[in-house]
Amino acid sequence: MATDLMSVVEATQLRDDVPAFDSGDTVNVHLRVVEGEKERIQQFEGVCLSRRGSGPNETFTVRKVSEGVGVERIFPIHSPRVAKIEVVRRGAVNRSKLTYLRGLSGKDARIQEQIRGN
Amino acid sequence: MSSGLIGKKVGMTSVFDDEGNNVACTVVEAGPNVVTQVKSGSPDGYSAVQLGFDNVKEKNVTQAMLGHFEKAGCPPKRMLSEFRDFGESVELGDVVHVDDLFEEEERIDVVGVSKGKGFQGVVKRHGFSGVGMMTHGQSDRQRHPGSIGASADPSRVFKGVRMAGQTGGDRTKIQNLRVVRILADQNAILIHGSVPGPKSEYVKLHKK
Repeated sequence: MATDLMSVVEATQLRDDVPAFDSGDTVNVHLRVVEGEKERIQQFEGVCLSRRGSGPNETFTVRKVSEGVGVERIFPIHSPRVAKIEVVRRGAVNRSKLTYLRGLSGKDARIQEQIRGN
Repeated sequence: MSSGLIGKKVGMTSVFDDEGNNVACTVVEAGPNVVTQVKSGSPDGYSAVQLGFDNVKEKNVTQAMLGHFEKAGCPPKRMLSEFRDFGESVELGDVVHVDDLFEEEERIDVVGVSKGKGFQGVVKRHGFSGVGMMTHGQSDRQRHPGSIGASADPSRVFKGVRMAGQTGGDRTKIQNLRVVRILADQNAILIHGSVPGPKSEYVKLHKK
């Protein structure tokens, strides 16, 4: 009973509109940003470096290079502040955590596109 | 003390609130509780309500307790607890649900028995920082309490000096915890932050 109740509570927090993606994929995250009264959508597009955690606590890291400066943001996958996650491109990588990308730039930081399937 | 409920700690998780914040909270299975006794002016001398929670097999209950539960017309319960000044008027055998008593965003007090840690030293028990250094010729003094008082005067250790001893396993009350959510169908209540005790420990939820 006890663990059942736990999963019931956690199930209420999970979103069912999250696309399948993994580290190496390029994703476009649509964020709800509230400024005073107004709400607008902000986009953050970059390479997913990692996914960690499970259930409502699962998060993913997105890295992009903005004006020559590397920027990383961590989003909770099931957060209501994330309006939409779009998978732009599938990447073929051999690691689940792409921390090595932080030390690379330019042509070295490219990720080969995954040709078929997932 | 005021009206409240008996519950069972299920575990901790986090939920998203209306603004999208991730809020850490404890899930407590609260109720349904049954009123097993109503105490009033005479002969008890005070007014209170005794609640019962969590069914138990009949063979594990004494004859005396069986009679007590029969009066209330409910199956035997494992956990009984008294609540003074029960807010609503209730009668023997009534069932109290979590949504009858509490509402979301309300502040409540939670009473439980904290996790037992066994016999612990002063560093863990009282937050002392230890005495010695790792180097400079010192040995075995990293987690010691230091001085416990003066010498010839008073020639004794004052009462209440903090020392090593049994840690945890005490009745602990945490006040002013916010109710994050109530799931009436599941008899569950989500409380902001942590609650004393291990999982599947009985806790008492007190209304302010």
